[in-house]
Amino acid sequence: MTQGFLVTNRSVRWFLMCLAIFTAVVAFGSEASGAGLFSTSLVKTLGKTLCLCLVAIAMDVVWGYCGILSLGHFAFFGIGGYAVGMWLMYARTEGIVLSSLSGQTIPPTPSEVSDAIGSQIFGVVGSAQFPLIWSFAHSLPLQLLMVVLVPGLLALVFGWLAFRSRVTGVYLSILTQAMTLALSLYLFQNDSGLRGNNGLSGLQNIPGYEQTSQATISLMFFLASALALALGYVLFAWVVAGKMGSVIKGIRDNEARVRFLGYRVEGFKLFVFTLTAVVAGIAGALYYPQAGIINPAEIAPIASIYLAVWVAIGGRGRLYGAVIGAAFVSLVSSWFTGGGAPNLNLGFYTVQWTDWWLVLLGVSFVAVTLFFPKGIGGVFDYLVRKPS
Amino acid sequence: MTSLLEVSGVSKTFDGFRAINDLSIQISEPELRAIIGPNGAGKTTFMDIVTGKTKPDTGRVLWGARNESLLGLSEAAIANKGIGRKFQKPTVFEDQTVWANLNMALRNKRGPFAVLFHRKTGEDEARISQIASEIGLTDQLSRMSGELSHGQKQWLEIGMLLAQDPRLLLVDEPAAGMTAEEREKTTDILRHAALTRAVVVVEHDMEFVRRLNCKVTVLHEGHVLAEGTLDHVTADSTVIDVYLGRADA
Repeated sequence: MTQGFLVTNRSVRWFLMCLAIFTAVVAFGSEASGAGLFSTSLVKTLGKTLCLCLVAIAMDVVWGYCGILSLGHFAFFGIGGYAVGMWLMYARTEGIVLSSLSGQTIPPTPSEVSDAIGSQIFGVVGSAQFPLIWSFAHSLPLQLLMVVLVPGLLALVFGWLAFRSRVTGVYLSILTQAMTLALSLYLFQNDSGLRGNNGLSGLQNIPGYEQTSQATISLMFFLASALALALGYVLFAWVVAGKMGSVIKGIRDNEARVRFLGYRVEGFKLFVFTLTAVVAGIAGALYYPQAGIINPAEIAPIASIYLAVWVAIGGRGRLYGAVIGAAFVSLVSSWFTGGGAPNLNLGFYTVQWTDWWLVLLGVSFVAVTLFFPKGIGGVFDYLVRKPS
Repeated sequence: MTSLLEVSGVSKTFDGFRAINDLSIQISEPELRAIIGPNGAGKTTFMDIVTGKTKPDTGRVLWGARNESLLGLSEAAIANKGIGRKFQKPTVFEDQTVWANLNMALRNKRGPFAVLFHRKTGEDEARISQIASEIGLTDQLSRMSGELSHGQKQWLEIGMLLAQDPRLLLVDEPAAGMTAEEREKTTDILRHAALTRAVVVVEHDMEFVRRLNCKVTVLHEGHVLAEGTLDHVTADSTVIDVYLGRADA
């Protein structure tokens, strides 16, 4: 099925080719492979960018194709990050505790070990007890299962309640904002069980690979991110290509008409919402080990709005548009906010881009919406003439 | 002829306005029926109630030989029972090809996973090309439906209804905005469809109704005013008063 689909779908082949070339160039130029053209921190940035591209195509499917302007998909991204971060933190702390206790004459009891790990992790929030949500943190497979299960279930329950009551349009957007805001406020609390505003840190250190250099680890995560983006792209391209694509685009354009054709619109929306939430969770699980730290500010409402801005600038309703938007805007954004852009001296006022970047982004967003509704991806329409 | 749809004693009030008032209509299978009436007579509300978009305050809507109640079913469930609806404004999915529009409407499994893993079959293809030729859009299958002319869009929508293979077609003002030639073709399509199923046409245009040459129901203020052949109802003095008289004025 997928084979025939790949043969007929030119833009997917083009995308995979570009991604493969990009990945190969970065991989061979990285410090880990000895060339050293790209620094480890740059490889990490590019790897993170690929994860952002993955969550952006998920956003494009739910918004650009199905017409659900979810402003909460970054919450699922964050949950994925927390889920993998719990294991990373637990396993690494366990290793440190075990090695420090190994010198003692009497071997430590399991409860002593557990207490020691607990006080190491939760000392910052004045606790040593493992909250219930850490029950699976000792096991990598279980915690990886959480990466897909928790965002999936949250999306399923939230979507079921919202779509069943036929909440649509801007009301749904507000509801999803409320969801991500509530989640981030909850996580900010010290007794949330996830270290409050400290979040989870040290995630760049992978347990079991203490002797491996960060250059190698960053390259591995970069490659994994590229693979995840490729698989996610093919999956979504397949979903939106066939009859499913027809129905979900139909829902976007005229929901009532699709109902009168006999389709239960709620089920389709729920499917798209949940599937994209799961992919967002996976993207987050790959992103945060590269970022090294996750805290509740990551899933603040503004993050999900950025996601929508990327997709809008890149071009809605085309997957490569979302990739271009996410990559372009997030890279330019870190260039501006990281002090890469030289200040602009106007004589009477000096524009410092670290402060003014948001204004520039806002103006570009308005300009794109008004003058280029198809976004940057729309440029390809002029380059590629479809055979009629 | 057996009774397919039985609407009896249905009333619906919107903010004090009685859109439908003790309405009773029976449709047989097969049958071609025209429903006429002045603006606000409750024609569209009648369709909304049958298709599940609006819930009536009182009354019964019964379907099929087993007299199932349609009240309380969702729009999608009613559509799957075999009721297709064409809207007044042509509503096709303009961003998609004619083929995709028809394919979406084809009678197949409607669940998300059935749709996701759906692969087109030869049967589907044959059905689509048959419908396309019925509605005269065989050459247009690969075109975006947004590029079609107004009349072609109306036909496409009728074609989508036929693809659903419903037992009852509710058609709202199919001839609106059409040229004389297009109207003639629309009449043919509807009459052909009514050979095997029930077709209810809501229409303003008397000339079009005359060409359909079928039983006519006249609605006025949400109530059936008269029923019979076109000649019979146009001779009815109350009909002349409320409808024809007003139209002439």
